[in-house]
Amino acid sequence: MSALLETRNLTRQFGGLRAIGDLFLSVNTGEILGVIGPNGAGKTTFFNLLTGIYPPSSGDILFNGRSIAGLRPSQIARLGMARTFQNIRLFRQLSVLENVRIAYDSRLAYSPVDALLRTPNARVRERESIDASMELLELFELGSLADDAAGDLSYGSQRRLEIVRALALNPSLLLLDEPAAGMNPSEAMQLLDFLKWVHSKFSLTIVLIEHHMQMVMALCNRIEVIDFGVRIAGGTPDEVKANPRVIEAYLGSEGELP
Amino acid sequence: MKSIGERRRYLPPALLLVGLAASVALPSTGLVNDYLQFVLMSVAINAILCVSLNLVNGWMGEFSVGHAGFMALGAYASAILTVKSFPTAPPALLFPAAVLIGGTVAGLAGIPVGILSFKTRGDYLAIITLAFLMIVKSGLENIPYTGGPRGMLGIPRLTTVAWAYFWCVVAFWVIRNLVYSKYGRGIAAIREDEIAAEAMGVPTRSAKLVAFVTSSFFAGVAGALFAHQLQFINPSSFDILKSTEILVMVYLGGVASLGGSLLGAGVVTILTQCLQPLGTWRMVVLPALLVLLMLFRPGGIMGYRDWNWLKPRLRKSKEEKAR
Repeated sequence: MSALLETRNLTRQFGGLRAIGDLFLSVNTGEILGVIGPNGAGKTTFFNLLTGIYPPSSGDILFNGRSIAGLRPSQIARLGMARTFQNIRLFRQLSVLENVRIAYDSRLAYSPVDALLRTPNARVRERESIDASMELLELFELGSLADDAAGDLSYGSQRRLEIVRALALNPSLLLLDEPAAGMNPSEAMQLLDFLKWVHSKFSLTIVLIEHHMQMVMALCNRIEVIDFGVRIAGGTPDEVKANPRVIEAYLGSEGELP
Repeated sequence: MKSIGERRRYLPPALLLVGLAASVALPSTGLVNDYLQFVLMSVAINAILCVSLNLVNGWMGEFSVGHAGFMALGAYASAILTVKSFPTAPPALLFPAAVLIGGTVAGLAGIPVGILSFKTRGDYLAIITLAFLMIVKSGLENIPYTGGPRGMLGIPRLTTVAWAYFWCVVAFWVIRNLVYSKYGRGIAAIREDEIAAEAMGVPTRSAKLVAFVTSSFFAGVAGALFAHQLQFINPSSFDILKSTEILVMVYLGGVASLGGSLLGAGVVTILTQCLQPLGTWRMVVLPALLVLLMLFRPGGIMGYRDWNWLKPRLRKSKEEKAR
């Protein structure tokens, strides 16, 4: 399998704090990769580096073989990397449809002049974006809520909408930051089936940060474990479960106990 | 047979044409006196100022207090053309050109402010727009060519009800097109969550530039109309009070709303005229109204909403027709 995404010596300093240090990671095309680690391990920082929200302090990120370090988040998104956020970040006051359309807009080709004068070209593209976005919403059973404000949806629907919005970018790589946060075990298991379906339906590669271990173990082909910004283990779910360094990171070593 | 929906498509443009014809014909019939004409022109000019400021303060959710500065640039640029450069040119050609150039000069001045908004937002951007206004005002006070603090006199009276109406329609049409386009959605996404907007592929920098340049262009257009309505401008016509007046219209009428912009400009302009007999006390009525509105309806009369006839329509898609 070829690597869709690769980080080389990826480092990010916040003042004296080394949030991510010399990270070498690769994501293979078509896999579901889990990134786990204790709280504050640097998982979300890792996502923020990949999507360009923070530029790396040093090191490089290759996406489809091309360096994306230093690009703006919107440029990276347009290259096919979409994400969701740990604490849902929808455009709350805008409608459900508009939320999806904003992501779809990156695929619409018309200039500011087309927009200001509302040329026939702009009108055709607008129609295209409405139809495609509605189709996507119908597919995820959010069609009937299209005109509601995104902030008024139930928690579960907001989580789902955030994924739909990310898919409207037509990504090849989807980054999910704790999609099961705030869900009970049975909801998390429903999410598991949902993500499997999304993965195959859109032929995606998925990287997933998650604390819900049962779900991670059942969903991911491969797991990488980071702690204090450094990769401490990696492998199949079974290998990771048995790795003493992982157990130590999560539970502490025996020597520390009084 | 055309459906009623199809026919309704043509209703707004038809009404606009009737309005234009009326605005051309009315003054010559003598039914509308000079004072009423003045009020009508003021409503139109203020509506242009209001809708253009609303683009930045309402749709984009920033807080610009520099709108009077862009207005000043448009007013001075156009007045230089009609008073100094081409005083003898036929007004029918000169005036549209002067208004366009006034808008362009102001629009270009919107670029640096837009660039500064890349990294700065909220209160800090408000301070930057205030600084911009002060720079423009003190700059104009120190240029002898345009009369320094005394300003420019003897500007020809070229603004008519028809021209004011025409530019008002253009401003609303263009800004409507913009806010219902992908750039407008990007601008609204910036207001809602800038980081999420970037992550969803919205090029926030160009969206901000488009917003600032369009907004300041129409402020310049309004400035040009204003200069040729009053026939006299000086730097203190464009101070922070002028900006405040426009801000009041925006927040009273409704943020991120075309209809709200029209209402805000209309209510404030006409109320100011009606309250003239109250003397100094009229300065109490409008602020009191604003306080009440902010208490009970913080978004303004029509915040984040619009009348359907103001929204653009799209032809139905094939699937919808089949249904």
